[in-house]
Amino acid sequence: MHSKPCQICGKALATIHLTEIENNTTNEIHVCEKCAEEKGFHGPGSKGKLSIVDQFLQLAAGAGGDEFQVQCRRCGLTFSEFRRVGRLGCSQCYASFQAQLRPILRKVHGSVVHVGKAPVRDESRLKRLREVERLQEDLERAIRREEYERAAEIRDRLRTVLESETSGGSS
Amino acid sequence: MRSLSALLSQERNWLDASGPDSDTVLSTRVRLARNLEAFPFTTRARDDELEAVMQRVAGAAQKVDLLHAAPFFRIPELSAMDRAFLVERHLASRDLVGDSRPRGIVVGPGEGLTMMINEEDHVRMQGILSGFQLEEAWHLVNRVDDDLDGLLEFAFSEDLGFLTSCPTNVGTGMRASVLVHLPSLVLTKKIRKVLSGATEVGLAVRGFYGEGTDVMGNFFQISNQVTLGEDEKKTLQSLERVARQILGYEEKARETLVSTARVQIEDKIYRALGAMQSARVISSQEVLGLISAVRFGISLGLPGMPGLTVLNRILVTSQPAHLQVLASRDMERAERNVYRAEYIRRLLAAESGAGGTDHA
Ligand SMILES: [Zn+2]
Ligand SMILES: [Zn+2]
Repeated sequence: MHSKPCQICGKALATIHLTEIENNTTNEIHVCEKCAEEKGFHGPGSKGKLSIVDQFLQLAAGAGGDEFQVQCRRCGLTFSEFRRVGRLGCSQCYASFQAQLRPILRKVHGSVVHVGKAPVRDESRLKRLREVERLQEDLERAIRREEYERAAEIRDRLRTVLESETSGGSS
Repeated sequence: MRSLSALLSQERNWLDASGPDSDTVLSTRVRLARNLEAFPFTTRARDDELEAVMQRVAGAAQKVDLLHAAPFFRIPELSAMDRAFLVERHLASRDLVGDSRPRGIVVGPGEGLTMMINEEDHVRMQGILSGFQLEEAWHLVNRVDDDLDGLLEFAFSEDLGFLTSCPTNVGTGMRASVLVHLPSLVLTKKIRKVLSGATEVGLAVRGFYGEGTDVMGNFFQISNQVTLGEDEKKTLQSLERVARQILGYEEKARETLVSTARVQIEDKIYRALGAMQSARVISSQEVLGLISAVRFGISLGLPGMPGLTVLNRILVTSQPAHLQVLASRDMERAERNVYRAEYIRRLLAAESGAGGTDHA
């Protein structure tokens, strides 16, 4: 069994013997070193063929026709763009695409309700987060109205609030 | 100038085969995916936003008990060699090091804990331990997560849990996996059954080395897929239960092999050992097959086998980037194959000189 020719180029001696798994059946393939290297048969980090991600995208591809143009209010991603890249744009996307995502999440995970660890949130942090959101909205509005002096002020305040978020809280 | 590879090659790590069931379970990994509420996810964020995320997360990491004083590396500043080195060592993913966007990695002591910044999610913490230690690996990352929770505002919804860039991770954001060696199931062609069985209960099994469906070295990664509607403990428990079951199948298949083809199996194992001890040219693919056979010899308790520790070391450090770091020069494939054979001979000789098989 060790003197077969390579199954890819048919010329060189096969020195690499792989077990191939496809559609739940196994078979052995024999290739030479050069072809193996070219096809990239080495190293960790490769992705399985029928991953949960593929499954998810397949289901997303079947999601409603008119709804492709639904857009996330915060980051501007459309659902059809999501179907193409397979990644959401921001945390708000989950709410923006709720109608499209829910049935898929239910199919893939068997549930749409989180059970498990949750962050410990204290009031002061929530308050700070809301202030950040408010300032970001103010900033956008100021820029839209071309009030640049005011925008600079808001940006400075935003920076101060954001910095206090990481430096505060720990002794 | 500080080289990442020089720093890491001195570290003691999960390769030491000190964990339980180390002959069949190479390592256990648990990773948690988190994102900062205030920023778009990585694929949608601008570079300056990613930079801000990185500064914040790296800053917070310094205040984490288990990571304080852990070195932080900016990926764009690393050489191609250092990047490949991180991937070969199972510390970083290809996605993290594939381009030069603002991404980074924090490497904790002994490499048991790492934190990737701005990979698919803003934060991906990983605990990796030797052998079968799901609970312990979870405790590691959970402690880091607890500490970070006080320092960063993670994207979270009451309904859906931790919000992740890919909806397949939403909820716990947890992916737990064990890297197992299943030569008997492959040889007896029973691996197919095991694969479909695991898929039915919501787990994924895939070849660890090799691309797509081409499995090399008989190493498989078993991991959970479900992250929503099931808490971390329960997910870990069902992974543990199924993984134990698979190890049980492997043991049964091993008994069958030994009772029906003992001499042929032993011949294959000792030939592989002979090749490792004497061959002059070994490719990175061939070495996986040799390691698998010798590892099988250790599981069977055959005399004259090297220890698991040296075998693990060869598995990781005989990969292309590691060899070039060792040699401190770039090498073409042909040259590497000669260098690899020599390196393996040297490691095995040093070990047998020091007293042969596993010391307790
Ligand atoms: Zn060929
Ligand atoms: Zn969005």
